[in-house]
Amino acid sequence: MARIEIIMPQMGESITEGTIVRWLKKVGDHVNKDEVLLEISTDKVDSEIPSPAAGTLVEIVTPENGTVPVRTVIAWLETAGAVAGAPLPAAEPLSPSAGPAPAPVPQGRRETPPPAAAGRFYSPLVLSIARTEGIPLTELEPIPGTGEGGRLTKKDLLAHVASRKSAPAAPSVAAAVSAAPGPVALQSVDVPALRAKYPAPAYEILQMSNVMQKMAQHMVQSVQTSPHVAAVHEADMTAVVKHRDENAAEFEKKEGFRLTFTPYIAEAVISAIKKYPLVNSSVEGDKIIRKNFINLGLAVASESGLIVPVIRNAEEKNFTGLARAVNDLALRTRAKKLVPEDIQGGTFTITNYGVFGTLLGMPIINQPQVAILGTGAIRKRPVVIDDAIAIRSIAYLTLAFDHRIIDGALGGMFLEEIVQNLQRRDREWKI
Amino acid sequence: MPPLTYIDAISRGMWEEMERDPSVFLIGEDIGAYGGAFKATKGFFEHFGPKRVIDSVLSESAIIGAATGAAVAGMRPIVEMQFADFVTSGFNQVVTNAAKIHYRWRIPVPMVIRLPTGGYIHGGPYHSASTEAWFAHVPGLKIVAPSNPADAKGLLKSAVRDNNPVLFYEFKYLYRRIKGEVPGTDVTVPIGKGEVRREGGDLTVLTYGSTVHFSLEAAEKLSKADGIETRVVDLRTLLPLDRDLITESVRATGKVLIVHEDTLTGGVGGEIAALIAEHAFQDLDAPVRRLGALDAPVPFAPTLEAAHLPDTEKIVQALRALALY
Repeated sequence: MARIEIIMPQMGESITEGTIVRWLKKVGDHVNKDEVLLEISTDKVDSEIPSPAAGTLVEIVTPENGTVPVRTVIAWLETAGAVAGAPLPAAEPLSPSAGPAPAPVPQGRRETPPPAAAGRFYSPLVLSIARTEGIPLTELEPIPGTGEGGRLTKKDLLAHVASRKSAPAAPSVAAAVSAAPGPVALQSVDVPALRAKYPAPAYEILQMSNVMQKMAQHMVQSVQTSPHVAAVHEADMTAVVKHRDENAAEFEKKEGFRLTFTPYIAEAVISAIKKYPLVNSSVEGDKIIRKNFINLGLAVASESGLIVPVIRNAEEKNFTGLARAVNDLALRTRAKKLVPEDIQGGTFTITNYGVFGTLLGMPIINQPQVAILGTGAIRKRPVVIDDAIAIRSIAYLTLAFDHRIIDGALGGMFLEEIVQNLQRRDREWKI
Repeated sequence: MPPLTYIDAISRGMWEEMERDPSVFLIGEDIGAYGGAFKATKGFFEHFGPKRVIDSVLSESAIIGAATGAAVAGMRPIVEMQFADFVTSGFNQVVTNAAKIHYRWRIPVPMVIRLPTGGYIHGGPYHSASTEAWFAHVPGLKIVAPSNPADAKGLLKSAVRDNNPVLFYEFKYLYRRIKGEVPGTDVTVPIGKGEVRREGGDLTVLTYGSTVHFSLEAAEKLSKADGIETRVVDLRTLLPLDRDLITESVRATGKVLIVHEDTLTGGVGGEIAALIAEHAFQDLDAPVRRLGALDAPVPFAPTLEAAHLPDTEKIVQALRALALY
């Protein structure tokens, strides 16, 4: 018999913690190798974690809804055979992806969470307690320490744990309800302190989902980081619509999925970035990091919230390749089968709020990128062409850009290039 | 039975074992008619006779060598070193012969070497040494170090009945300073098991022998003055160490001070600290700290000896610093 630790996997370099969404096995259950053991939720990715080996689940350290730092032991598996030496890492990178592999992590025991970013020292015991109680490092940071040099002692942490447990603000999950409206399922929680202020049934108190909390943080951070400027251009989508209408049936027959407008827009964007590559950059201090590849992010509304999967090296794909990549990401986002690489390393983002009927939007940049394209709904309108009134399919495109490095001239030229790419009647979208 | 002093408890233990088992005999310098340097064997010669209470030559090598041979032949000798310091003259017999014979020939060597150890008695550098760490490094030996009369008697009996060479460290400072109830004839104290002498949730002291008493005093002071509660663990056996009790006691408080009157460098405390680092790292809320004698011989002058050895006040200070960490 050998005991194998199941750890919270690191779902990407910047991910520091993960939440257990659901255990699919109970203590005492047998599990096969690669059988799905649990579901976790980290910053923007919900993942199924396969069992690293066949065996019996003997201990669940972190219960459902518990949030722990990555590499924390969350459960123990007992296998029939003797495993000498190094325990297996619980979750290997989930799929061989084309994207850059995550930094290799040494095998072996990794129960200790990494030291806090701010450099505050935590004793092994404090980290052990934090792990057991499911307290993330970010929550440890603000707790005042009474030890030497303000060190957070065992007692400080235990006092915090006690107050955390007794505090009326501690939410307890009452029931899972689908909040209407909106596609995101939110859980109703009972928070006595808030309930006093907002009595039922007039008010409902809902727990922000993990993805939603991350979205909140990220959006606030983005607005604080980048001075946003938005430019709006009108795009005549008639040629695109015509091409799509003419080719939709044949395309679906050949590829097995529906042809959407997204690959047309993606292709127009990629082509424009090649002409104005500064838009495909990020800012570090007084340095601009310009990327010689395009990882195109596509904002997708999913059941658990807004997710931005990425088409890697989009500049290398032809039109059909882009269409396939878009379809693949959309399917896997809805099926919650995204792997960490799918949401990392984007260099430019497209958000298509037009599907909800929105005509004009002001999107927020997906940091650390410097620009984002929002596409409004395509509507037929009377427009003037060569002093004649014509009926055309029109969409408003918004480019929100970071005025630290992109001025109105570049922003306008880049957006106009996208518009021209979509409007060119002679353009060939090879299917 | 009235309370016994520490040394009387040892004597009682030997007496009972000699009455119980005719293969048990004593050998050492001046232990016969004189009754031993500390009078541990007073009256034994008269009662058990010269064949079972042997006055030896003044040669530790000869004494331990002879006892080893007797043990190999099936006897159960109890050797008295006049002072633990003098065991150096018999070092080779202990570590090369007594400790290895069973390994090499599968012949048990059931012998006890009694070692009157330690300072606080103004004995100077040649009569105050703590020598346990030298032997703690030797596979094949067992080492016990009782801190009270009951344990002294119980561990002596266990040592006599053990089939391995057992080094029995008895603390001269405690000989006539402490008294206590001792249990009856058949009660032994198991080798390899420590004992919690005082419960406390804030700090842990791991110690043995004389410093158990200073540590208990320090714990009381700290409780009264600072409201800090200290768990005091009496290890009792140094080889093999009671790992379970050590790790459990680390877990109980997260902060550990190791105290012994031996010098620190290469001492038993270092081994305990290493065990903790290896097996209880995640239960630590502070670095493991050690308090022992200065790395020097024990001085003769009382003021220097007091400065050299750990005492209650030094333990209080060390515990306070640990509590503040």
